Amino acid sequence: MDATLSGTPAGQVLAQKPTGRISDPIFVGLLWASGIFVLILLGLIIAMLFEGGLPALREFGIQFLWSTSWNPVTERFGAGVMVFGTLFSAVIAVIVALPLSFGIAFFLTEIAPGPLRRPIGVAVQLLAAIPSIIYGMWGFFVVVPLIAAYVQPPLIEWLGPLPVIGALFQGPPLGAGMLTAGLILALMIVPFITAMFVEVLESVPPMLKESAYGVGATTYEVYRNVSVPYGRTAMVGAVMLGLGRALGETMAVTFVIGNATRMSASLFAPGATIASTIANEFPEASMGSLKLQSLLQLGFILFVISFIVLALSRVLVRSKLKS
Amino acid sequence: MKIAHILGAAALVAGSVFSGGVFAADINGAGASFPAPAYQAWGAAYKAKTGTGVNYQSIGSGGGQNQIINRTVDFGASDAPMADDKLTTNNLLQFPTVIGSVVAIVNVDGVEGLTLSGPVIADIYQGKITKWSDAKIAELNKGKKLPDAAIVPVYRSDSSGTSYVFTSYLASSSADWKSNVGAATSVQWPTGAGAKGNEGVAGTVKNTKGAIGYVEYVYAAANKLATTDLVNKAGKVVKPDVSTFTAAAAAADWKGAKNFNASMIDTAGADAWPIVSATFILLPKNPTSGAQSAEVMKFFDWAYGKEGDEIAEKLHYIPLPEAVIQDVRKAWASEVKADGKAVWTN
Repeated sequence: MDATLSGTPAGQVLAQKPTGRISDPIFVGLLWASGIFVLILLGLIIAMLFEGGLPALREFGIQFLWSTSWNPVTERFGAGVMVFGTLFSAVIAVIVALPLSFGIAFFLTEIAPGPLRRPIGVAVQLLAAIPSIIYGMWGFFVVVPLIAAYVQPPLIEWLGPLPVIGALFQGPPLGAGMLTAGLILALMIVPFITAMFVEVLESVPPMLKESAYGVGATTYEVYRNVSVPYGRTAMVGAVMLGLGRALGETMAVTFVIGNATRMSASLFAPGATIASTIANEFPEASMGSLKLQSLLQLGFILFVISFIVLALSRVLVRSKLKS
Repeated sequence: MKIAHILGAAALVAGSVFSGGVFAADINGAGASFPAPAYQAWGAAYKAKTGTGVNYQSIGSGGGQNQIINRTVDFGASDAPMADDKLTTNNLLQFPTVIGSVVAIVNVDGVEGLTLSGPVIADIYQGKITKWSDAKIAELNKGKKLPDAAIVPVYRSDSSGTSYVFTSYLASSSADWKSNVGAATSVQWPTGAGAKGNEGVAGTVKNTKGAIGYVEYVYAAANKLATTDLVNKAGKVVKPDVSTFTAAAAAADWKGAKNFNASMIDTAGADAWPIVSATFILLPKNPTSGAQSAEVMKFFDWAYGKEGDEIAEKLHYIPLPEAVIQDVRKAWASEVKADGKAVWTN
């Protein structure tokens, strides 16, 4: 560092130097070790999942990726139902979370009076601090019965018979299913998306907004034509990040998704995600069994899906921050 | 997989360290969750009496089998019996400890004391019977007013010994079930929704009108759930209670069974409850430490006795028939050897 700039006399800096001669390399070494450790750990986990799941891929071929059979009795396994369930529930979550996060973020940055800003901000952050299992229990004991009693029966009656979109609203009112899983997931990702939206909205130069207000734009017009376009790419990145979180969520989903390894287009039908299937089946999968290998392969697939989503989100967020 | 082993071993080590009293003589076991309350209660009473601690980790039957195959524990526990060839390959002795049963629970408005049968339950879980007012159900419940409500089948989403016993019963009752679905710790359920654990199934059945589910009797009894009666193989309507479970245990063919794998599913006993099963312990036949292996057998020998029975019964488990216990002791004496010498002498 430039000693003269920080105001420390040059002589003093030289006098201090010997003390760092031994400790500094050690410190730098430790920093290197920490950095490399993460890389090695990640590599080992990927390698373990891939190596462990390889026999399943050899047995079933590439069809494993889309086969909809998951039959532990005949040992015919396929990832189709779980991949579909993982993406379906996560997409529902994002569709529900997106408008909610927009609302909260814009309210916090533009509308909320000073004294209200902090409590709401803290409440949103606290939502993120609730453990997954609590969401699961709350979903199971409170949300599922409510949906089964008040949401599903009218929707099944009104929308079920319609052509095409009716398929989304058919089946018995179980309460547990894709929709419920998506709703719980939405609540879980709202804090993350909101936090990033707030950051993006706060980075909009005040001059731009004030100019817009100056030419007579309304709050909505400023929001619609200035703030959102300015941060669009980063916002898409934030949504992808939320999507990434929703993909891997395990306990809460296991409680409310209904755990059926059957393919169904209905929002109300029970389904399964990759994470929930692993949580359900892992304890009884014996070593060296095709089931355990298939579960590890499922884990690898989830890893790849999450990696792609995360990589996309990073590219999008970063491209904006650079410009 | 290696990492999973290391983590598993670390958890066991941590478990034994933190449970206090780290004597060399403490014995470690892991596996099935169904008998875990009994093993833990036995362990506590046994420690108070002898000073030897028993650390039992309830990690699931599959985990128990894996741990004992790797010899990271002194004994493994499994609900589903291990296949004969797998026992031979891994040099393991298998013996039963207690008997448990599975009961059907229902949520049907205005009907109490419902009677069902194996073929009817198999049809329900295959989606062939969809209404409570179905003629096949009405035939078993003459004089009861059954609602015209949809049946919602609920099953265990996590793979479990309970599902194994229940699907074995359905496979035994229905040829269709046997060929289309089969029996295992988890199966591809043709219809219905899955919930995690006994508590998940019980909770879902309670919250869903027209639901039917199955749980371990131990759980149903402790939570006073509404169970159904069943028609057994002899054609008699039986209630789920200790007397019908004991009748099933007595009716099983223990003498003819290899590795104590006697089926108590759908036995011919006149008063037998049809969904009954034993839970098993897996013990190495070639223990590295004979003394440690002897401690395990001493523990179960005590558990088979009067004090052990009392604890098990209080928790709604059914003790084994005395003749079976005698055979288990004989197997200990003849099969478990360290350095060529028998570890257990009767």
